[in-house]
Amino acid sequence: MSTSTSYLVKGAKLLGGKPTDILIEDGVFAAVVSTSSTTRERGSTTREGTSTTRDGTEVVDAEGWVALPGLVDLHTHLREPGREDAETVETGTQAAALGGFTALHAMANTDPVADTAGVVEQVWRLGREAGHCDVFPVGAVTLGLRGEQLAELGAMADSAARVRVFSDDGKCVSDAVLMRRALEYVKAFGGVVAQHAQEPRLTTDAQMNEGELSGRLGLRGWPAVAEEAIIARDCLLAAHVESRLHVCHVSTAGSVAIIRWAKSEGWNVTAEVCPHHLLLTDELAATYDPVYKVNPPLRSASDIDALRVGLADGTIDAVATDHAPHPHEDKDCEWQSAAFGMLGLETALSVVQEAMVDTGLLDWAGVAERMSFRPAQIGRLSEHGRPIAVGEPANLVLFDPSTSTVVDAMGTASLSRNTPYAGRALPGSVMATFLRGRPTVLDGKLA
Amino acid sequence: MKHHLLSAADLDRTEAELVLSTAEELRSLADRPIKKLPALRGRTVVNLFFEDSTRTRISFEAAAKRLSADVINFSAKGSSLSKGESLKDTALTLEAMGADAVVIRHWASGAPHLLANSGWVRSSVVNAGDGTHEHPTQALLDAFTLWRHLGSLDGRRVAIVGDVLHSRVARSNAILLRTLGAEVTLIAPPTLLPVGVGGWGVETSYDIDAVLPKADAVMMLRVQRERMSREGGGFFPSAREYSRRYGLDSRRMGLLQDHTVVMHPGPMIRGMEITADVADSDRSVIVEQVTNGVAVRMAVLYLLLSGNESGGAE
Repeated sequence: MSTSTSYLVKGAKLLGGKPTDILIEDGVFAAVVSTSSTTRERGSTTREGTSTTRDGTEVVDAEGWVALPGLVDLHTHLREPGREDAETVETGTQAAALGGFTALHAMANTDPVADTAGVVEQVWRLGREAGHCDVFPVGAVTLGLRGEQLAELGAMADSAARVRVFSDDGKCVSDAVLMRRALEYVKAFGGVVAQHAQEPRLTTDAQMNEGELSGRLGLRGWPAVAEEAIIARDCLLAAHVESRLHVCHVSTAGSVAIIRWAKSEGWNVTAEVCPHHLLLTDELAATYDPVYKVNPPLRSASDIDALRVGLADGTIDAVATDHAPHPHEDKDCEWQSAAFGMLGLETALSVVQEAMVDTGLLDWAGVAERMSFRPAQIGRLSEHGRPIAVGEPANLVLFDPSTSTVVDAMGTASLSRNTPYAGRALPGSVMATFLRGRPTVLDGKLA
Repeated sequence: MKHHLLSAADLDRTEAELVLSTAEELRSLADRPIKKLPALRGRTVVNLFFEDSTRTRISFEAAAKRLSADVINFSAKGSSLSKGESLKDTALTLEAMGADAVVIRHWASGAPHLLANSGWVRSSVVNAGDGTHEHPTQALLDAFTLWRHLGSLDGRRVAIVGDVLHSRVARSNAILLRTLGAEVTLIAPPTLLPVGVGGWGVETSYDIDAVLPKADAVMMLRVQRERMSREGGGFFPSAREYSRRYGLDSRRMGLLQDHTVVMHPGPMIRGMEITADVADSDRSVIVEQVTNGVAVRMAVLYLLLSGNESGGAE
């Protein structure tokens, strides 16, 4: 566990490119050397996994694997404090490490809500103690997520947790004046308001994407316009007050078009998409199995196409998991009674491979951009989302894209089991994750 | 017939016609002094009602009892707001008691699917109305009533008028009547038609007067007054305006062909979607629908339960 141990990663494809040896020492990358000239000779040798050289350096044979910078999630629900039956900082960060993440942003909708310096510092400290993945708490925009009065955003920014991302996620800051004030206020400390775009009056008791299927299934519809109207308004507000807006979990083709337009105007708007919105359609609601109930809801195949294109062309900056653990009883019930949300940390990179890489829409360098560099920039993280280069903090994930694994809900590190991919084969496996030079995952298991 | 009846879409034309012809045989019982057959003796039918519906419950209860089944009425009231015992625990209890069929009425769309597909119970599940989704036995009794009055439904035009958006009766009828060859037109203000209704394979109209002259049957749906308020969704401005534009009164009844029948699944709101003189007129088959409901539910229970017993039906 000591950071003094050094690791030599041999032959990993750097951002999916040339085979490279990567030496990790004292928490940083000590050497990054292309090995393309020697690869063919090594190709015939059998893999021995991790071995140790005479000087104590552990060797990780990573031939055929892809080396990416440690992933950064902008959108995780760790549930602690308050719902430790669903997830804890310990289990959630273990799931994150297994998914290749070295940093995550913990959403504010805990109990108590993360709307004071005290709560964000508690979550931040729990993350440090767990040590599997750096935890950056998100602060609530409004007191108690009630949408009435700004929380003490400055106090959270100045706290030990150094909060830069503020969100009422789970609820929309629907009041236009309050949203304007929040956007203005966070400029004082380089913050960003991450909006859960959902016009509440258009989505009262909404259960699934509004379309032909919601009508047939008799489930109250969640229309795309309820998301798009808020995004359009917020883009205009962000432009007007010259602040920074981040749009959470974009789910519709119309949202992509609006964000593309806002960016073309030069406005400071960023956006994320969830892995499940890149792969799963609303047709799954026909099972009435609440494991597919999520907010925003699964949309149509044409929305998926637009989201993939938007992610590929950079309209959507980042992939964020919206990892939302729920205890079994909250999903083992009528659709209408069930909680919204699905697990995402452990499967995110595999889903992105299936939806984006295997389809030819994004190369691995693009994946590094969308899952590490950009989210770190949006969250104003200085030690994450850095290049794999000499002297940089050794945050690294080694991913074997050649595997295919059937997802086992009972095998999650997360305390909860609500993965929508259970029983489905997904490509690729996270083989190792390094956080500042220390392995959090080795041989595909927690180190 | 399949093991469950969850949706009108579970029935193909042959199966639907088998239910209707079986119901016709069983209906004759109603005219006999002793209205009982031993067909389901020793079998247990549970009426599991998470939502009040006295008329549907007693209809199923009468149907099961006339087939000599043992009937257990289980009222498990509770809503999404006031969580009572979970559906799962209720289901496990029923399974432990050895129910052969569970007739479920639930406020949540899809609850019967959950019950049938969760592995909690082995019994047959009959959907007696789930949320705003479906009510297949209502559609069967409506089809049976039409069939008795009109003969074959091929090419027959059925107008369904009212709150289609919230109506499980409309959904099941739109499916089943089409299966049986009828042409269905849904008539409602645009706010009370679901998004995507164009994909249902039925006609839609906002103008009842344009549709009535060609209809062979008019089915009026209940429209709750509270739908006009902000809390109810604000779907129409006032009860008076709704009645004027979509209510069936004696003037509109005059537009109908001589053979056209008027139906209502009940409970009616007289003066809202239908006037008293229409409801009580010769064209009205509303009371007959109730009688037919028992016969159709007997047929459904008989076909579901007599087919899956090792000893076979008596």
